Amino acid sequence: MKIVVDFDLCESNAICMQIAPDIFEVRDDDFLYVLNEEPGEEDRVRVDECVQRCPKQAISVEG
Amino acid sequence: MTRRSVTIVGASLAGLRAAEALRRQDFDGPITLIGDELHAPYDRPPLSKQFLAGDWGEDRLALTRPDKLDDLDLDLRLGVRAASFDLVSRRLGIVNLDDGAGDRGGEELVVDGLLIATGARCRTLRGSEGLDGVFVLRSLDDSLAIRAAFGAGPVRVVVVGAGFIGAEVAATARTQGLEVTMIESLPQPLSRVLGDAMGAVCAELHREHGVDLRTGMGVEAVEGEGRVERVRLSDGSVIEADVVVVGIGVVPNTEWLEGSGLRIDNGVVCDATCLAAPGVTAAGDVARWPNQRFGEVMRVEHWDNAVAQGAHAARRLLVGDGEAEPFVPVPWFWSDQYDRKIQMAGRIGPDDEMHIATGSLAERRFAAIYGRAGRLVGVLGFNRPRQVMRYRMLIESGATFEDAIAAEF
Ligand SMILES: Cc1cc2nc3c(=O)[nH]c(=O)nc-3n(C[C@H](O)[C@H](O)[C@H](O)COP(=O)(O)OP(=O)(O)OC[C@H]3O[C@@H](n4cnc5c(N)ncnc54)[C@H](O)[C@@H]3O)c2cc1C
Ligand code: SF4
Repeated sequence: MKIVVDFDLCESNAICMQIAPDIFEVRDDDFLYVLNEEPGEEDRVRVDECVQRCPKQAISVEG
Repeated sequence: MTRRSVTIVGASLAGLRAAEALRRQDFDGPITLIGDELHAPYDRPPLSKQFLAGDWGEDRLALTRPDKLDDLDLDLRLGVRAASFDLVSRRLGIVNLDDGAGDRGGEELVVDGLLIATGARCRTLRGSEGLDGVFVLRSLDDSLAIRAAFGAGPVRVVVVGAGFIGAEVAATARTQGLEVTMIESLPQPLSRVLGDAMGAVCAELHREHGVDLRTGMGVEAVEGEGRVERVRLSDGSVIEADVVVVGIGVVPNTEWLEGSGLRIDNGVVCDATCLAAPGVTAAGDVARWPNQRFGEVMRVEHWDNAVAQGAHAARRLLVGDGEAEPFVPVPWFWSDQYDRKIQMAGRIGPDDEMHIATGSLAERRFAAIYGRAGRLVGVLGFNRPRQVMRYRMLIESGATFEDAIAAEF
């Protein structure tokens, strides 16, 4: 699966980082960095949770 | 615990996320999702922000994509209202709003698992209901109506209530160049939640953007012939108005559960695991439960809570009492006003100790943390999303206020 973040929508509120800190990180510059753009299947549940919990609907998953 | 089927009442944020969670938990029985609005499930926060401003169209509000909705394999009944429920017989009375059958027509379903997610509706201002030009804001249709009223020319807007929804409507109206008066009965906006000092920061934000904010002020009457013309205030002053938006809080939608055998008291009363009765759970704005993390019975009217509690209440239906987990979130929400992102996590009370952890009130970019009995209990941020989330994690970990003050993010 591939993670795509729409950075025009993302407001760096770090909800995703709280759920999956190994995949998403909001850094000191207040921007979101995707640490692992193609996580394995074992991360699908957590990534799905990030997709749903993102209030800006900025995260989507391909594949 | 095996469940033959699950019926979810309320086809919005909590209800839809609950249905998705059931399927994620590999529940493959029938799921019926009942909602009294005609629209497919949509998101409410943009209704006072981007959608109201006209920047977003309806397509941006969808809470799910049609193909994903299909994948859930739901019996989705839109335009259908739950009218009654009986816990003993598990009969759910529903009314099809389309066919004009009225309250007496309709049909009865016998349900197995029931998840209540009927949310809340706006309080109205007594005496103003019949007047054109007076609005509340909860639904897509409400937002469309206000958007049309805002677009009708250089209208004078009066916002009653400076809570988060009222404040966002005022901000959106000002950004469109409309004349806005906002009336608040408290000494400062949100002072009951944030205390007077932070309330004053919010007040300044609006005044600087040209809102005529009147605090400590009640509304005596909303007057006009068929259509609103003026608002009369408790100090005797009168404000001419073309559009009035009333944002004075919400009440949970529980009327249909009167006499059901469930306990209703400012929401559907649940246990710590979101269970209201055997095989019945509740989630979102309608649910009231003891959050053991804070030792407090709460009903939370925030987006993130509806998502998390929807999923929790769904899982709760599928497990036995022994495996059930308490729902112990640190509540979190955001509000966008002008170029400020206001975020709050935890439980803030006006008597809590407050410490500005970063930034300053003067530049309106800060994170303030709140302590009670030596514990970190809350954080409020203006344009500090990352810090708010870090402190939220600290609250989750049970940090002391001292540790939180020492922490650097
Ligand atoms: C304008 C606006 C802006 C907001 N902005 C923010 C924000 O910035 N940040 C934030 O954290 N939160 C915000 N919120 C709050 C957030 O949207 C709510 O907390 C969330 O919608 C709650 O979801 P819910 O599913 O519990 O209830 P609701 O969204 O109220 O959904 C309940 C659904 O059930 C239906 N229903 C009710 N009774 C029945 C019945 N008897 N039978 C069938 N269906 C029924 C209702 O019509 C509705 O569709 C905002 C809310 C509004 C209105
Ligand atoms: S949850 Fe969404 S908005 Fe928040 S940081 Fe992650 S992608 Fe951005």
